Amino acid sequence: MDKINLTIDNKDIKVPPGTTLLKAAEKAGIDVPSLCYHPDLTIHGACRVCVIENLKDNSLLASCVTPVQNGMELSTRSMKARKARRRNVKLLLANHPNDCLGCDRNGSCELQDITHNLGICREDIEEIQGEVRKVPRDQVGPALKRDPNKCILCGRCVRVCEEVQGVSALQFSNRGFDSIVTTAFDLPQSEINCANCGQCATVCPVGAITEVSEIKNVWEALEDDNLHVVCQTAPSIQATIGEEFGYKAGTVVTGKLIAALDKLGFDRVFSTEFTADLTIMEEGAEFLQRITKNENLPHITSCCPGWVKYAEHNYPELLNHLSSAKSPQQMFSALSKTYYAEKEGLDPEKIYTVSIMPCTAKKFEKEREEINASQSKDTDAVLTTRELARMIKEVGIKFEMLEDKEYDILMGKHTGAGTIFGTTGGVAEAAVRTVKEKLTGEPLNRLDLGFKGINKAEVVINDKIIRVAIVNGLKNAEKILKEVKKGQSNYDFVEIMACPHGCVGGGGQPLPVDEKTKELRGNSLSHTDRQSVVRRSHKNPMIEKLYSEYLKEPNGSKSHQLLHTSYKKRAKN
Amino acid sequence: MKEKIYRSHVLICTGTGCVSSGSKNIKHELQDELADNNLLDEIKIVETGCHGFCEKGPIMIVYPEGVFYCQLKKEDVQEIVQEHLLKGRIVDRLLFKEPLTEESIPSYKDIDFYKKQHRIALANCGKIDPESIEEYIANNGYEAAGKALTEMTPAEIIEEVKSSGLRGRGGGGFPTGLKWEFAYKQDSDKKYVICNADEGDPGAFMDRSILEGDPHKIIEGMIICGYAIGADEGYVYVRAEYPLAIKRLQKAISNAEELGLLGDNIFSSGFNFKLNIKKGAGAFVCGEETALMASIEGKRGMPNPRPPYPAEKGLWGKPTNINNVESYANIPHIIAKGAEKFSSIGTENSKGTKVFALTGKIKNTGLVEVPMGTTLREVVFDIGGGLTEGKKFKAIQTGGPSGGCIPSNYLDLPIDYDSLLEVGAMMGSGGMVVMDDSTCMVDVARFFLSFTQSESCGKCTPCREGTKRMLEILNRICQGEGEQGDILLLEEFGHHIKETALCGLGQSAPNPVLSTIKYFKKEYESHIYDKRCPAGVCSELSAAFVINKEECVGCGQCVKVCPVDAVIRDKEENYSIDDNLCISCGACAQKCPVDAIKQG
Repeated sequence: MDKINLTIDNKDIKVPPGTTLLKAAEKAGIDVPSLCYHPDLTIHGACRVCVIENLKDNSLLASCVTPVQNGMELSTRSMKARKARRRNVKLLLANHPNDCLGCDRNGSCELQDITHNLGICREDIEEIQGEVRKVPRDQVGPALKRDPNKCILCGRCVRVCEEVQGVSALQFSNRGFDSIVTTAFDLPQSEINCANCGQCATVCPVGAITEVSEIKNVWEALEDDNLHVVCQTAPSIQATIGEEFGYKAGTVVTGKLIAALDKLGFDRVFSTEFTADLTIMEEGAEFLQRITKNENLPHITSCCPGWVKYAEHNYPELLNHLSSAKSPQQMFSALSKTYYAEKEGLDPEKIYTVSIMPCTAKKFEKEREEINASQSKDTDAVLTTRELARMIKEVGIKFEMLEDKEYDILMGKHTGAGTIFGTTGGVAEAAVRTVKEKLTGEPLNRLDLGFKGINKAEVVINDKIIRVAIVNGLKNAEKILKEVKKGQSNYDFVEIMACPHGCVGGGGQPLPVDEKTKELRGNSLSHTDRQSVVRRSHKNPMIEKLYSEYLKEPNGSKSHQLLHTSYKKRAKN
Repeated sequence: MKEKIYRSHVLICTGTGCVSSGSKNIKHELQDELADNNLLDEIKIVETGCHGFCEKGPIMIVYPEGVFYCQLKKEDVQEIVQEHLLKGRIVDRLLFKEPLTEESIPSYKDIDFYKKQHRIALANCGKIDPESIEEYIANNGYEAAGKALTEMTPAEIIEEVKSSGLRGRGGGGFPTGLKWEFAYKQDSDKKYVICNADEGDPGAFMDRSILEGDPHKIIEGMIICGYAIGADEGYVYVRAEYPLAIKRLQKAISNAEELGLLGDNIFSSGFNFKLNIKKGAGAFVCGEETALMASIEGKRGMPNPRPPYPAEKGLWGKPTNINNVESYANIPHIIAKGAEKFSSIGTENSKGTKVFALTGKIKNTGLVEVPMGTTLREVVFDIGGGLTEGKKFKAIQTGGPSGGCIPSNYLDLPIDYDSLLEVGAMMGSGGMVVMDDSTCMVDVARFFLSFTQSESCGKCTPCREGTKRMLEILNRICQGEGEQGDILLLEEFGHHIKETALCGLGQSAPNPVLSTIKYFKKEYESHIYDKRCPAGVCSELSAAFVINKEECVGCGQCVKVCPVDAVIRDKEENYSIDDNLCISCGACAQKCPVDAIKQG
């Protein structure tokens, strides 16, 4: 189709029809400030911060929603546009607590950045200040907390929860000045059908939705001489935490991550990739059994706690399809207080296990009653990538100057299969690698799975076609699950990750984030896998040791006691 | 079967207004009286829709004479039967009396309220039984649909509507034919027609009256539209607070379906059309078309940016044409009588008639339909009968809560879309509130803004936050805490909201404030600088009331009504008001039988 010609700030631009003015301005080299706009979500047009002036009739247009037209002459910087933009930001600030110093998002807040860039000062706000919203905060949950008083009603959380996750846990409520984003019947977010995926927190431009911080507890544990503090880092952390220290998205900083944790005072730094390999052993054995007996197929993964909770709320009738294998986090934690304690001769009571996770749902997972195998709480604390970065910054560790270190060996050794747990498709690929080789003795070529939505692959194992589906984003999961529910699904193995792009797109990852960033992060995990000497979980020598010295066999009785769990139906409210 | 012939028809209004003033009782009483006098075979009772003169309800019209009885009581029925229906003597005391001349007017047609009206949209209202499809058909109903479906192509219909000059009656004033053409040109497997009956302006009831009084006309208008744009399904979005309108519309749809006027292969033309009713929950913003469609889809009623316009991506993403009730009500007339006849009425750019809900400090309140171009003076003084209590005209507010206030020097303004916009008001859906000199314009602005402010959906920043700040300033001014710079700030906010709000609600919400500042700036200044409310409305800024001892008769009624016990009676039975206690509410002055109490 013919391109549209227009001028923005006196610069001639050619763009395809349907392009928004915001995108066209980007092409002209102008970043128009915006708040409700998010590249991964549908357009909303609510904040009116992105207004620019149509020079032909002096009207103001919201650039994020207005499509280009031939012959338009626009100014992003006219006095009129700048004044209107400032006024809308001032209106938002006049109904905002403006307690930046005490806010979790201080430094990563989009409203703060815009306020700074527009040069809005306290007097500007006071001039128009009147009543300020005062509603109760929701901070009871183990995973997420909400402060509606900070909310600027941009609706990003509402959209991500509905459009990407299909959960719709959050919605606008009330009218006019009393409008808020809230849950049904204003229930705490922990008491509704929220999956705790934290996607809302990743798109929130301000500090209205954030993770429940456990930094304080971890510092206390690290200070406590009686405690032996071990930590595990989830596979994706190495590919994301660098962003917090100025690295480009997708830079893998495994060695520095380990060094930083060591410097913070953790007694042992292990990797969740080790238990990811273990998950493959357990889940692989379970899958083999199901395939042989042709029962509970498709086999659906259970390593993602967001997905598991979603299933418990929405598809309780399919819970028998879920692998009974615990998530790598919980396998690790259970072993840290049994196997590891035994090997090191430590009192399990004195071991404090911290996980560094890309995820807010993991904070909920550690609280699940049925999950504690070690007679005490398996996981003591979960830190998101963002929280860990804060701890590193708090004590002034110069991340880029750290000398690379390696994981402690016993539960740190891992394979490329464990690494790709951190991105979409990784779990399925890792499982199939092991299953195929166990059955045929042949190694598996790459499945080459894409990143978006639903991906499908077929693997031939001993003349049998194994159909694999990989899903990320809960809304995408819904499609497959409906098929399964109706008995129309012919899949054998389904991997479901709640967050788009899997754990690299998790709710606890560095901000800001969009599709592009997530893709870069995922790519580098796949790259790391390809570089690995050992790429199949069952070839991990430490896994072999674990089985021979402790667990005996996958899916055996010891495994079942420590590494498997159960699920329960939850109300669909 | 031969249709029975009656010597007289008695029309009883059963619109919501008359029903609430007791017209159902009148009807039952009349039925009993007719039965007692063996008149049931001679005289037929017809329940009709609204006559528009609700203030005078319950209303009864006796045909063939066309005698108009008003404000009837159950006890009056016997007299009407005995005198009028049996003896042919008109009951003078029950006739309407012109407010200016005090003269009794027997005939409906001679009443000033009706004389200057020109009824197209309301033509059948009050004339036929809205629950009888036969009566509608007998009054040329469905003739236009028949003509459209069997003799005209969609393009011809659209051309006819375009050349009629009909513009959207919901307030926007967008040319209806053009709107239809956009939807017609879209290539899609499915299209929708929507009728916007989410009438939310306080005091407005034109849509309700049409739906209650002539539901088939809306169905017919929508059938024609559906055929013209290629839609086979329609929705009437009507607020749930209109139970009678919903009931009658539902019945009308069923009857039309029974006669094959809705459903498959209408008039053997091969055209199918299904009509649904969607009840709205009463959010004002759902009158905005994108919010309305969101609401039909089961979502929160929140507007979405346009483009895409409904004609491209409307209900469930399909091309949709959405018009207001009154717009559809004009369609059968245009198709049946031709565009030329319709466009012969009105002004250059506003054709046809417009229905207004006339309220406020005026003698004849009610629903009126006048040709475009009628002056405000004609509406206020000729049809409306002038102001009550001999008060002076101060302003007229048009366009509902987001309209503007027009002062007396514009009384000769011919009403049309453009002229109203030019003076800072708007047509809106047709609200008209007349104000006299006892009205405080700052308070009026505050009242309307508080409505739009609380009905804002909360989506966009300027409307949600900006109207709140404006309202806070107005509250301050009315409480005597106005400061220098407030007027400027109100104007700045007002223009800012108009220019940056997402939808029509926000874009027009500041109108009452901006138009009152424009025409009544002095009142704002009095409030801010002199700390005085010239109309004596804002209690914090009004002088206390004083009792004139010479005129006082000592009845003591003022003592009883004073809400703050500010009226004092001394030992000598002299009454006075403690000005420290008086809140200037004026209740005492209103109650005083001898007008002895005045504001000091």
